[in-house]
Amino acid sequence: MTVKAALEWLAQTPWSIALHESQYMWPFTESLHVLTLTLFVGSAIMLDLRLLGVGFRTVPVTEFTSRLLPWTRRGFAVMVTTGAMLFYATPVGYYQSIFFRIKVILLIAAGINVFVFHTRTQRSVSAWDLDATPPRAARVAAVVSLVAWAGVVISGRLIAYNWFSCDIQPQSDFINWAAGCVLGPPK
Amino acid sequence: MTSEMLLQLFERGEASWLGQFIRMSLWLFPVIETVHLLGLCMLGGAVLLVDLRLFGLGLRSQPLAVVARGAQPWLYLGVGIMLTTGFLLAISEAVKCFHNPSFWVKMITLPFALLFTFAVRQRLSINRPSMGPWRRGLLATVSLALWFTVAMAGRWIGYSS
Repeated sequence: MTVKAALEWLAQTPWSIALHESQYMWPFTESLHVLTLTLFVGSAIMLDLRLLGVGFRTVPVTEFTSRLLPWTRRGFAVMVTTGAMLFYATPVGYYQSIFFRIKVILLIAAGINVFVFHTRTQRSVSAWDLDATPPRAARVAAVVSLVAWAGVVISGRLIAYNWFSCDIQPQSDFINWAAGCVLGPPK
Repeated sequence: MTSEMLLQLFERGEASWLGQFIRMSLWLFPVIETVHLLGLCMLGGAVLLVDLRLFGLGLRSQPLAVVARGAQPWLYLGVGIMLTTGFLLAISEAVKCFHNPSFWVKMITLPFALLFTFAVRQRLSINRPSMGPWRRGLLATVSLALWFTVAMAGRWIGYSS
């Protein structure tokens, strides 16, 4: 069974149809997804500004990582939950959206950056906790984080636009390949 | 000003060079929209950082005044991005906005949110950090309620048209 076939089955499940066709549940879920950006990406930006040495320069870096990061994680949990619900409502549409695919790639990149920061860069934090401008590795992590999460937000927002939809043909061969479009026989 | 005059103003805005320029482009509206969303992240992050601190959460080992003062430039930057991109989005579909109840909920709440944030919450947090937990909690609650209404109404403009 292909991924697309599995998602087509998922789209036929009653809860998926109910969510997809609901008048208020879907908009509320999406609104919660968007508003939680303030908690999740917003708090991540605040940490990144500190790591860059452009904001909160007198606040120890560990104050951010130990006290603010739990809130970033809570925000992330809401993002993943509401994001999964939105995906569940229209699984094939997201799977074949080029912007959704870009978003997933950027999410992985952002995740790798978080992993590298926590397992490597942050290990020496006690040596630069109070530095107004943290070392280069920390600043690089902050820039990568800002770029990756901004990319996630941008591609996420653009999913709503159907410029490159498989349903709207002709598209270029590259788009059809990148979005995984399955083209029927020419009519 | 009557609503008739207000509608005329919105019609003129939409018919303006700027309104038409954004309206005629396939890409411009979505691009401005994503910048608006990035501004939301920055503004929301700076708002929440201070509100959390007022509740005794988040950066709670730091004095309230330090957190509030540290957030100030990012509040300004976030508001600057939001107002600029928001104006551009609204002028490109001004007549649609005029007939949209969510747009007006947002436009009426927004001045209160801005005024409360800068003239009350920030000012008290920086100059009167000795205030007790009840007053702090009240400041944070009002701030959250105002900004939640602005953001929710903003998102709802897209649904209620």
